[in-house]
Amino acid sequence: MELICPAGTPATFREAVDAGADAVYCGFRDETNARNFPGLNFSRDELREAIAYARSKGTQTFVALNTFMRAGDEEIWYRAAADAVALGADALILADFGLMAHVAEHYADQRLHVSVQASASNVDAINFLVDAFNAKRVVLPRTLTIADIARIAPKIRCEIEVFVFGGLCVMAEGRCSLSSYATGKSPNMNGVCSPASHVRYRKEADELVSELGAYTINRFAAGEAAGYPTLCKGRFDIADERGYAFEDPVSLDVMGEIDALTAAGVSALKIEGRQRGKAYVAEVVSTLKKALSAKADDRPALLAHLRGLSEGQKTTSGAYEKRWR
Amino acid sequence: MRFPATLAAPLNVIPMAAIERTTSMLFQRVTTQHPHLFARLGEHIEKRFAFMPTDIPLVFVVSPAQPSIHVARRLPVPPTADASVEGPLFMLLALLEGRCDADALFFSRDLTVNGDMEAMLAMRNALDDCDIDLPRDLSALAGPLAPIVGRVAESIRRRALTEEASRWN
Amino acid sequence: METARPSLTMGPVYYLWDSAKWRDFHFRIADEAPFERVVIGETVCSKRQHFIEPHIAEVIERLENAGKTVLLSTLALVTLERESRLIRELARDSEYMVEANDLSALGLLNGKAHSVGPLINVYNSATARLLAGRGACRICLPPELPFSSVKRVIAETPGVDFEVFAFGRMPLAISARCAHARSKGKIKDSCQFVCSDDPDGLPVKTLDRQSFLALNGVQTISHTCQALLGELPDLAACGVSAIRISPQDCDMVAVASLYSAALDGAIGADEAVDKLRMLYPAAPLSNGFHHAREGAAWVARARDTAQAG
Repeated sequence: MELICPAGTPATFREAVDAGADAVYCGFRDETNARNFPGLNFSRDELREAIAYARSKGTQTFVALNTFMRAGDEEIWYRAAADAVALGADALILADFGLMAHVAEHYADQRLHVSVQASASNVDAINFLVDAFNAKRVVLPRTLTIADIARIAPKIRCEIEVFVFGGLCVMAEGRCSLSSYATGKSPNMNGVCSPASHVRYRKEADELVSELGAYTINRFAAGEAAGYPTLCKGRFDIADERGYAFEDPVSLDVMGEIDALTAAGVSALKIEGRQRGKAYVAEVVSTLKKALSAKADDRPALLAHLRGLSEGQKTTSGAYEKRWR
Repeated sequence: MRFPATLAAPLNVIPMAAIERTTSMLFQRVTTQHPHLFARLGEHIEKRFAFMPTDIPLVFVVSPAQPSIHVARRLPVPPTADASVEGPLFMLLALLEGRCDADALFFSRDLTVNGDMEAMLAMRNALDDCDIDLPRDLSALAGPLAPIVGRVAESIRRRALTEEASRWN
Repeated sequence: METARPSLTMGPVYYLWDSAKWRDFHFRIADEAPFERVVIGETVCSKRQHFIEPHIAEVIERLENAGKTVLLSTLALVTLERESRLIRELARDSEYMVEANDLSALGLLNGKAHSVGPLINVYNSATARLLAGRGACRICLPPELPFSSVKRVIAETPGVDFEVFAFGRMPLAISARCAHARSKGKIKDSCQFVCSDDPDGLPVKTLDRQSFLALNGVQTISHTCQALLGELPDLAACGVSAIRISPQDCDMVAVASLYSAALDGAIGADEAVDKLRMLYPAAPLSNGFHHAREGAAWVARARDTAQAG
């Protein structure tokens, strides 16, 4: 079972490699990837050095080019693909069909992974991408149960990678315009969700109010753990009932289900969090790496102390468990 | 861990000029050691960033474009800055060194960020990519006393971080 | 260059309406509304399928008798084997053109003439041309697309008829989880079809009581209603072949007639906007996405005033 780890900066990249990642995924410092956050990501030179470092330790590098090409500016994405290939990326993680077609045509030997942003959630969808673009691996959307994965695995002609730890999209990834509805910036087009440029925190009496664009996303009582105002994790008012309408501010943790995921046919486990700090990544990667080789009984203790690093300090199995729906 | 009040109190009587001189020296030291520190700020390099420890009566305003640091006494009105982050001194230092995850800190509300969130996020990510190690970076300043300064700073940091880690669980 | 007047397409009803209401609505659309084509079929949640199934044949017949072209919509999110089977059957057997709303449908419809719905990510002409090569002959572009992209995609993709989402609450997201059921103390698997209580969506307000979004089963839609009226001349000029009207719980015959009059230039944009506000008072109008702004924004255009004057 491979462990696929996030890196938003070269320092984090080295930490992830040193902590035992089988592969590290990262992106260029522009809108070609879905973590286009200020101060994050890699220049071409930084990626070259990172790949060399990873190689020296037997670790693979996956480059995410998982936003959708803006009409008229396709060249930005094409150049990013060309550079990633030239720099020796072990795989490109893609979401846009147009870009997949371009890569499949021009770099036939390049390993192509289907990003979670492509939203390939069933056998026919995945086999379409395998047949059309020679995709070697699919990162499954966080909309499937483990039973769904087990049913899909034998019928598809590529490897399966799933998210097991970190932030959780409530919505089908790559199919959500909530952020751009409120701010004009979206994951698909700009590589950002609920961007910091539109975030404001404001104190009102004892409460901390978080806002995104013109909208109140949450209010926190004094002492209550506060979260970043990610739109789908806000508290809202529905028919005068107030609460988390879409999802509590929890993060995903299905490391407890490693054995079930292995049995279901999963080849790689992915950690979310290219925007997280190097301390977080080092801690999570080394702990999960240990957990992977530990006996099932020993895992809970290993995983318990990661919880403090989680958003809202609570975790969920998300869609992997049927009742979440 | 909070900065001990007995240590914070004298800061009220030490002349600002002396504090500012020392701070600038430390700041120069760090920026010399890490010349690429602010490269990641991109368009945010022109902005001013306030660091406001809640347990000492001072605020620090960093202008990365110069680069320079300005120290002032903490007043009821916040300092002029595009973005500010407020929290216990040790937490701010841990953030500076990338030893604590800023997201995790913010979720537990130990840090409060105000103003230009995007700029502060860029600053956090820039800091995170630099292997700033204050005991190592600053001990060189202490000349012959370097090993002692380094060891003391190291032990304070270890204590602070251990306390934080235990509080998360 | 002479620009052809775009025709009108009615999108599928995204909401769960009671069977008789759904049937009667389509009957009236067939008889009275100036649509050239009508897309029908459950798109949001497979659990709702049985509500419309008994009436599909008679609705198709009525629409065809009225000279309208019928397209069948596929589900937006396909995860269950039962759902996959539905799409496979539809792709294989349908006598009517199928509109794909997920990747599995795109895969299965390869080599057959088909339509691509607004829930498929077509952001550039490389993607549009790829889909065209596989048989897509109509593409309704995603509501998020700014006009600059719409223009570009159409110019660079000959041989495909493009549609733009010009009326209706915008589909913004879809989830495996049913927030609608959860808001009423249920979960998706035992939802008791509580979404049928809200034929126009269940409002989601912020804690400061700002109207923001609406829930429609597993789909999240905008509170505002997309309204491209002043923009119609630009859309026609850049070669948009049809204007898509997405049904809301209001007088859709009047909405369609209004858009038709606006396309004919028989009514000024300002007047059309005022009339639309009266026809659908439930939601403020927005056109932000089209103008590369936040989707909820309303951009009043200088042109509107010029035309009104």
